[in-house]
Order: sequence, then structure tokens, then C-alpha cells
Amino acid sequence: MLAANHFKADPIVAKSTQDMKKQTPEASRVVAEDASATGVLDHDEAEETDHRLDPTQAVKDAQKRRFAELDRATLIGIYRQMLLARRFEEKSAEAYSTGKIGGFCHLYIGQEAVAVGAISAIRKDDYVLTSYREHAHAIAKGMSPDSVMAELYGKAGGCSHGKGGSMHMFDKELNFLGGHGIVGGQIPLATGVAFATKYKETDQVTLCFFGEAAVNQGAFHESMNMAQLWKLPCIYICENNQYGMGTSLERAMSLQDISQKACAYEIAAEFVDGMDVLAVREATLRAVERARKNYLPTLLEVRTYRFMGHSMSDPGNYRTRAEIERHQERDPLKLFSTSLKEEGIMNEEEMKKVDDEVRAEVDHAVRFAEESPLPAPEELFTDVYADPLPENE
Amino acid sequence: MAIVTMREALNQALREEMQRDESVFLMGEEVAAYQGAYKVTKGLLEELGPKRVIDTPITELGFAGLGVGAAMAGLRPIVEFMTFNFSILATDQIINSAAKMLYMSGGQFNIPIVFRGPGGSAFQVSSQHSQALESWFAYFPGLKVVMPSTPADAKGLLKSSIRDNDPVIFIEQERMYGSKGEVSDDPEFTIPLGVADVKREGNDATIVARSLMVPVVLKAAEALEKEGISCEVIDPRTIRPLDIKTIVESVKKTNRVVIAEESHPFCGVAAEIASEIMERAFDYLDAPVKRVSGVDVPMPYAKNLEDAAIPNVDQLVAAVKEVSYLE
Repeated sequence: MLAANHFKADPIVAKSTQDMKKQTPEASRVVAEDASATGVLDHDEAEETDHRLDPTQAVKDAQKRRFAELDRATLIGIYRQMLLARRFEEKSAEAYSTGKIGGFCHLYIGQEAVAVGAISAIRKDDYVLTSYREHAHAIAKGMSPDSVMAELYGKAGGCSHGKGGSMHMFDKELNFLGGHGIVGGQIPLATGVAFATKYKETDQVTLCFFGEAAVNQGAFHESMNMAQLWKLPCIYICENNQYGMGTSLERAMSLQDISQKACAYEIAAEFVDGMDVLAVREATLRAVERARKNYLPTLLEVRTYRFMGHSMSDPGNYRTRAEIERHQERDPLKLFSTSLKEEGIMNEEEMKKVDDEVRAEVDHAVRFAEESPLPAPEELFTDVYADPLPENE
Repeated sequence: MAIVTMREALNQALREEMQRDESVFLMGEEVAAYQGAYKVTKGLLEELGPKRVIDTPITELGFAGLGVGAAMAGLRPIVEFMTFNFSILATDQIINSAAKMLYMSGGQFNIPIVFRGPGGSAFQVSSQHSQALESWFAYFPGLKVVMPSTPADAKGLLKSSIRDNDPVIFIEQERMYGSKGEVSDDPEFTIPLGVADVKREGNDATIVARSLMVPVVLKAAEALEKEGISCEVIDPRTIRPLDIKTIVESVKKTNRVVIAEESHPFCGVAAEIASEIMERAFDYLDAPVKRVSGVDVPMPYAKNLEDAAIPNVDQLVAAVKEVSYLE
């Protein structure tokens, strides 16, 4: 009885469940009503259905409509954010290779459309949690490149005062809740943040980003179950970049259609082209509406690709140059800039100007990080406990 | 003041603190409709409602992490583990999230959460359901670990733990829920964390004991008193932060010390206390520090073997005599 009511209130789930009943598992991908608009890619035939090379008319129409629906300033803002993420990561790689940045450094190049598109769809007071590949998410949520770069440098001016590093960016003021280093660890945390917003009866939503490898963790499944059981306003964004470190999705996951996993929990899901920033934005907007109005979770499987290694120390021997180049033909920045030009939103000169501004901003971040002092030695012992400990010496 | 069981004392602490602060909620397996697997949460659902007293699926990693996330967003969760044996599934979230969040966020996100439930040896439930895990949690900076041995301590310490702004591991001894004692009914009655309690004063030897071992040690002290040996019994109550000062002061007075624990000896809390005493009061010791721990094997089922696995009064009497060079 309860389940039947959920279906009525929840057309996406209803559709997916019907699909499950009447179709083979392979054909039962969970998609929105507006499936064509999300740019569905078939994983097994990605090359053949690459819709930049041969997009269907429906996909072309959806792309045109999205451009028409957004004002120029918003579109330019999104372009600027993506370019900032790209340039920031390029600079991070440079600083890492010269030894300025230590430890692990997981770059986001190739995936910019996901963080930027999704975060452009939420309010400033909404929450974001993500994994250790989070520099771009932090900046897209409004954190200054200065504080993120200084954190990479392990400096006092970093957002976590040099104690977190590349994997642990936080900003309480901006509701950016990390930056988590254990694969899938942020998924229960984000579920708890969504629990808290519902408990406090706010209408804030929580975006939870994670890679496809996290889907194999129990934390993912336990969270999905609780989120739908308790109707929590959490949007789970699986950034499927197709490799968990050096292990391909095919070698690690028995059912590779991740959006289908939502069916096990009666959660609404969509499959999204993660190279198309406006498709990501639009899918997130739909999920945000369901979360804000009805406290309902959503799983978005966003197909993307990382152009760099898992981290800076990745030998890259598990995939071919040709494979990377094929995906680079659908570089999200290139796709978006081409569309911006085709739609007459920006010309070459305006793009050059944005690039100059962004490069200056990143250069400033590097200078800030260089000049920021190291954490004071006594900082080693602060922030372990919030309450003072009794004197026991 | 009234005489109540430890179970009732804990129930009072939960009720009072949840009435006091709307941001406190309680979640765990069977805490609501079932009234608690050990009845510690009895009546709370009826009184506080399903928004604040929440039955979870059997999904320890998930709800432990959910609690930490809720704490990051301003709530004060109490997460009950039906027993701490099941917290083992949740240790990633307790250790990697709760314990470290404040530090790795540069002081931005403290985690005011209590993970509580029964732990230590239980009655004939064999290896997976009968074990003491405090040394695991006490190992990590960022966590606090509390183990009460009386109903009054249980109430006062649990109230302080709920009001504390850091993650607290609160281990209730599974065999002790029915133990009785005087407990204050003042809603502002609390006991500060990190302060040891001298359960019995004495001059000849110090015995440090926590949780289940406290009543056992007190019996041993009574027996020794009859033989003219005066024992001081110290219950640290909080394992981290540890009130080593009170222990060391006692050792300086008695010059002899026995540490009792039901947990395994290897890398255990007694080993840590022994090391601290050696570093701080070596010159005051008239005998090597003696540990009396649970045996170094998984807990057996058979009653006779189980009894042999946990320290008893006779072993403690013998240990005090050993450090006193009386036997």
C-alpha cells in the first residue's frame, strides 16, 4: 500500500518500475520522462552513439532548448566556472610536478561539466559533499581559488589551514562539507546532512558526489536504502568516469548500468551525459525540485571521463592513448564553447577575455599560496577536540 | 535521590537531555517500537515521538555515518549500537569521519555525537557477541571513551557526553544493566568527562579498574582488608581523556599498583596505564606494575570456560599480594 502511494507521487520511479516489469534488464534503464533531453548514451556502444559526432535530432533539439532557456550572463558564468576549474587543475599539476604540492593530488580535468553543471542548479545555502577529487567542486561552490590552492600547498591560508590538503577541502560558511578520502565515505555523511535539513524543516538540498567505484561500497547501498525509506532530500551524483583508479568499470561491476541500481531502492534515477554541462544542470534541477518540494532523493548517473591519471602518480598503463583521445573529442569545455559560439552567445574574442581573467585568477591563487605562511608549529595540537580537556598533567 | 538500576539511570539521562535540547535525537536498531533490545530506551518513543526516536535498519555503517553527517549540519545525534560488537561495521565512519573531521577541516566541523550501547563480556554468547573494544576507540585522538561502573556515574557521564561537543564512545557493560545504586534526580546532575573517581580509599596498594571490573575489585579489596591490606580503588570512568593524574597520585601514596580489565591484555588500556605510571612515577614503585586482564583468546561459550576468561576476585587478591611481596 505504502509502495503504491510512492509510485503515484513519483512519476519517475513509476516509469522505471513499469519498465522493469515489461522489458529485459538491458533495456530497462531508468530515465526521466524526458529521456531524449538527457542525452542518453549506451555504455556498450559509446563510440557508435557519440552524439557530438552523430547526435539524434531529439538531442540537438534539447540542447537548443536549454540554450534558449538560459540568459547570457548565466551561460557565460557556467563557461567561466568550467574554464576556471580546468586552469586551476592545470596549475595544480604544474605545482605538484615541481614539488610545491605533496601527497596525493587527484585532478578533475575532463569532468568539469559535472561539478559545474550540478552546482549551478542549487542555491548558495544548499550543501555539497564529495570525494577526494574535489578542487573544482569547492571552487564551484564559491570557495576562493586562493584558499583552495593554499590548502594544496599546505599553508595556513588554506581553507583547512593546511591540515586537510588536497583531499579535505571544507568551508562551513559556504556549506561545502568536504572533501572525503575513503571511497564512498561521504555518502552516509551527505545522507545525514539531508536528514538534518529535513529534521530542521528547512528546504535545503544536499548534493552528494562520488565516483562509480564507490557504488560497489556498502556505504552507497546502505545510504540509498535509508534515503528513500526516510524520504531524505539528497541528490546522489555518481560521476561515472569509468575507472576506479586503474580498474575499469567492466572489471569491477557486475551490473554496469548504475542508474538501474536505484530500482533496488525505489529511488528515482536518470542517466546523464556528463560531457554536456547544460544536460547535467537540467537533470540536477529536476532532482532539486523533487528534493526541495517533496523531500525525495534522486540518483544521477553522470557519464564522464577523466583525461588525467587517477592521481599524479598514475602510470596510465591500463588504458590506451587512443581511448583517451576519443573521449577528448567530447571534451566538455570544447563542446560547450562550440555551442556558445554557434548560438551566438560568445565570440572568440570574448572567450579569450574570459580565459585571460581566469588565468589571472589562478596566477593570483598561486601567488597567494606561495606567500601564505606555513601553519604555526603549535597548530599541530589544535582542533583535535572542540571542548577543552581537563588538566591531567 | 532514589535507588535505580543502571538501565533506568541511562534511560533518565536520555530522557532528560532530549527534553532539554530539541537538536538531540536518538537512532539505532530497535530503539523505538521495540523499546530497546536491552530496554534502555523504554518509553522514549511514546514520550518524544518518531521524529526524535528512530528505528534504523540493520545498517551500522550507514546510520553511524548518517549520524556524523547530521552532526556536521548542526544536530546532536545519539547513535545506539545494539551492542558494540556491531560497531565494528561502523568503524570507518567513527574513526575516519567522526574522530578526524574537526582536525582535517582546520577546526570548522566539530562532531557532537554519542555512540552508545552495551559492550564488554555478555552472558554465554560466544566470541562475536562478547568482547571489550575500548582500546580500539581510545587509540584515536579526536574520540572520547567513557565506561561507567555505577548507575550514578552512568547517568552523570551520559548527560555530559550528550552535552559534549566532541564524538563520545559510551560503553555500557552488558552484564551491569541490572546493577543498582543511588542516582540523583536533579536534571542538572552531570559528571565531567576525564575525571577519575576514587571508589575506595586505601594506603597499601592501588587497584585501577573500569566498568565490570569495579565491583569485582571492590570485593577483592574487602577481602584484603580482612587480611590487613588496605587498597585504594580508582575508576578512571573516562578512558580518553584519561585522568592519569589521580592514578599517579595514588601510586605515589601506595607504591604498588594492580590494573584490572576484562579486555584482552595485548595493546590494551591497562598496558597504556602501566606505561604512563612507569614514565611518571617509576621511582615511587616498590614492585612492577601488575596487570590482571581477560585471557588472550576469543570468548568461549561454555560457562566454565567463560568464567575462566574474565578476571575474578581470587585473581585480584592474589595480584595485590604479589605486588606486596606477600605470596
